[in-house]
Amino acid sequence: MKGSEIIVDSLKQEKVDKIFGYPGGAVIPIFDTLHSNRDIEVMLTRHEQGAVHAADGYARTTGKPGVCIVTSGPGATNTITGLATAKLDSIPVIVISGQVPTSYIGTDAFQETDFFGLSTSICKHNYLVKDIKNLPNIIKEAFHVATSGRPGPVTIDVPKDVSLAELPNYKYPKKVDMAGYQPVIEGNMKQIKKLAEAIKKSSKPVLYTGGGIVTSGAEKEIRKLVEKVNIPTTTTLMGLGTLPYDHPEFLGMPGMHGTVAANYALTECDLLIAIGTRFDDRVTGPPDTFAKNAKVAHVDIDPAEIGKIIETDIPVVGDAGDVLKKLINILEPKAKNGWNKKTQQWKSRYPLKYDQANSKEILPQYIIDTLNDLVDDAIMVTDVGQHQMWVAQFFHFKNSGQLLTSGGLGTMGYGLPAAMGAAASKPGKPVINVSGDGGFQMNIQELTTCALNNLPVKNILINNSYLGMVRQWQELFWDKRYAKTSLRKPGQNPEDNTPTNYCPDMVKLAEASGVKGLRANKPEDVEEVLKTGLEYDGPVVMEFFVRETENVYPMVPSGKPINEIILGDEQ
Amino acid sequence: MKEKHTIIIKVTNHPGVLAKISGLLAQRGYNIESAIAAPTENPDVYKISVVVEEDDRGIQQITKQLNKVVDTIKVTDISHKNNYVVREYLIIKVKVNNENRSDVFELMQVFSAKALDVDSDYIMMELAGTQRKISRIIKLLKPYGIEEYVRSGEFAMSE
Ligand SMILES: Cc1cc2nc3c(=O)[nH]c(=O)nc-3n(C[C@H](O)[C@H](O)[C@H](O)COP(=O)(O)OP(=O)(O)OC[C@H]3O[C@@H](n4cnc5c(N)ncnc54)[C@H](O)[C@@H]3O)c2cc1C
Ligand SMILES: Cc1ncc(C[n+]2csc(CCOP(=O)(O)OP(=O)(O)O)c2C)c(N)n1
Repeated sequence: MKGSEIIVDSLKQEKVDKIFGYPGGAVIPIFDTLHSNRDIEVMLTRHEQGAVHAADGYARTTGKPGVCIVTSGPGATNTITGLATAKLDSIPVIVISGQVPTSYIGTDAFQETDFFGLSTSICKHNYLVKDIKNLPNIIKEAFHVATSGRPGPVTIDVPKDVSLAELPNYKYPKKVDMAGYQPVIEGNMKQIKKLAEAIKKSSKPVLYTGGGIVTSGAEKEIRKLVEKVNIPTTTTLMGLGTLPYDHPEFLGMPGMHGTVAANYALTECDLLIAIGTRFDDRVTGPPDTFAKNAKVAHVDIDPAEIGKIIETDIPVVGDAGDVLKKLINILEPKAKNGWNKKTQQWKSRYPLKYDQANSKEILPQYIIDTLNDLVDDAIMVTDVGQHQMWVAQFFHFKNSGQLLTSGGLGTMGYGLPAAMGAAASKPGKPVINVSGDGGFQMNIQELTTCALNNLPVKNILINNSYLGMVRQWQELFWDKRYAKTSLRKPGQNPEDNTPTNYCPDMVKLAEASGVKGLRANKPEDVEEVLKTGLEYDGPVVMEFFVRETENVYPMVPSGKPINEIILGDEQ
Repeated sequence: MKEKHTIIIKVTNHPGVLAKISGLLAQRGYNIESAIAAPTENPDVYKISVVVEEDDRGIQQITKQLNKVVDTIKVTDISHKNNYVVREYLIIKVKVNNENRSDVFELMQVFSAKALDVDSDYIMMELAGTQRKISRIIKLLKPYGIEEYVRSGEFAMSE
């Protein structure tokens, strides 16, 4: 069998039914083989960054690895940001890249880059196929590594001559044989008993969970744990939805833009149980100020996460679901106590709020809140910035894995292509992408891909005519010096909040790309535009001109302990 | 407290694995004093020895991060283990003259260093031994004038 045929057959064996890609010289053989196959659909994006984020969105939606095929050199380097995005959020993305023929490697040949070297530090693992003999094993391993243990991106660099070479007696391997790679899944019972003991003794416990619960599919167990011992719970950006927003013990998101209740609880607790979360600095602030008085238990599938940021008293290595099942089994039920009451008081005293009634301009929070009434279940995708935080704070997350967002790398330009990948997986529910006017323009070319493939992505464009998140920092910490954060046309009246001040005209741009364009300028129009957009059969851009200087609160200034919270004017 | 540790990493002999390991150590900002890599009796396995100076927490992190590399088979910090033979190798070129040549020869005898090349104004010698021994001879040869030396970095084998 030919190399390119082996690749396509291997993908079928791995049950891949959709690929995102962009062709070029070094991968013509692979695209050619794909062209005559019936099982795998190849979606041509308009940029390789679009393809890799789409694969990421597909992976997050389906739980299956997302596959992306690109050519050598510039095609491969265009996937770098997407790989780093997937690495930091632990998403199984597989990039198959073309490479110059083996005999040309190292000669600065046309469209040669050392993609293996370039992608090493931003992937879980990487391969360069130097000999067709190794191709089947490499693909098998790549899928195994990407999806097992702590998932992550993997690259496979395939020189053109390998795609064209013949391998007699090809058989796709059934098993992998990797000497040193054996993720620990089962939690150690002795440690779990210690954790149970600590929960029994604790009077002020907090459960702090994250993306690992989504990966593990352990949302049911989390809920059982919370309800068995009545433990106040906070969930990172990456874990939103693993405990429903309206669960009585849910305190909201922790950290820089988290709720007061969550941050106070983390600061005052005597036992911190971290499960499937990695103590990101957006959450902890300076680590020596975080949960200072607490005994710390950390359950994570990646041993390197334990003790990385803060000292851990009870480490448990293993899959969250496995550990939780065992833990719940041996735990004695615990009733609510004064601590539950205290956290509830924080919750009611410091709710997240906004005041649309007293504003003539649309407030971004109002858009998200209105959306809550219009959709029952949806896949929510965001770009990066203020709007991302407003979605995190105000959208009513009910299901695990419901939010697709670039948390770790904070990649502007992620939202639209990721939403496209989610829609391509036909999830059977609406896919809503909330974006800022800055980030939306970073991969706006993918509107065309949505139009041509009839991917009904519902884009909610929150246009504040600023790089809002950076403007907010400038307002609060840089003396209101708005250095290069305005996206308006120069020389326009800053009081005039209309599209004429703004370039490009997003509605026209959407329409020109074959996507429906809608716009709201006034609060009264918000619901109507959302309704029309959601009901429309196809991709839509709904643009909302919002109050330009609206800020995200609460906010913990960077470098401060998380109980030093700025609440903002209206609160 | 920061202390020197010798860490032995057994890896699958895949292309790029050395770059991966050294890239990882550099990326995470660890202080590498030396690193050597060599094939082993098993053609599929490579052994890398690194000497790093870190405190206990740093060493724990390094070991965990190294273990996380998919190609890694085993990571051992041998610093506090006494069932390992640890050696370093040195080649050094020292300036000499007619007055002090015999002093240098004497020193070489004490250390069991072997002459590789001798000329009227220098001696080149080799020596294998513990890191302490190597450092000691360098210190003692310094007053004569050292023209050049190379140290291999530590490598080790369990007894
Ligand atoms: C502008 C901006 C602002 C932000 N502000 C905030 C904020 O205010 N609050 C906030 O929370 N975040 C915020 N973030 C996100 C933040 O940067 C991090 O991405 C996020 O906090 C990390 O989430 P996590 O700890 O759940 O870890 P993830 O990155 O989701 O990592 C998952 C962890 O679970 C482990 N794991 C994986 N699989 C399993 C398994 N099967 N079993 C057990 N463990 C497993 C992994 O090893 C890893 O340690 C912000 C991001 C941006 C871009
Ligand atoms: C690729 C990239 N470049 C720069 C940044 C830094 N950055 C973070 S948020 C932000 C502003 C985003 O503005 P916009 O997309 O309009 O969203 P808003 O904050 O206004 O909601 C910038 C520039 C980033 N996260 N990603």
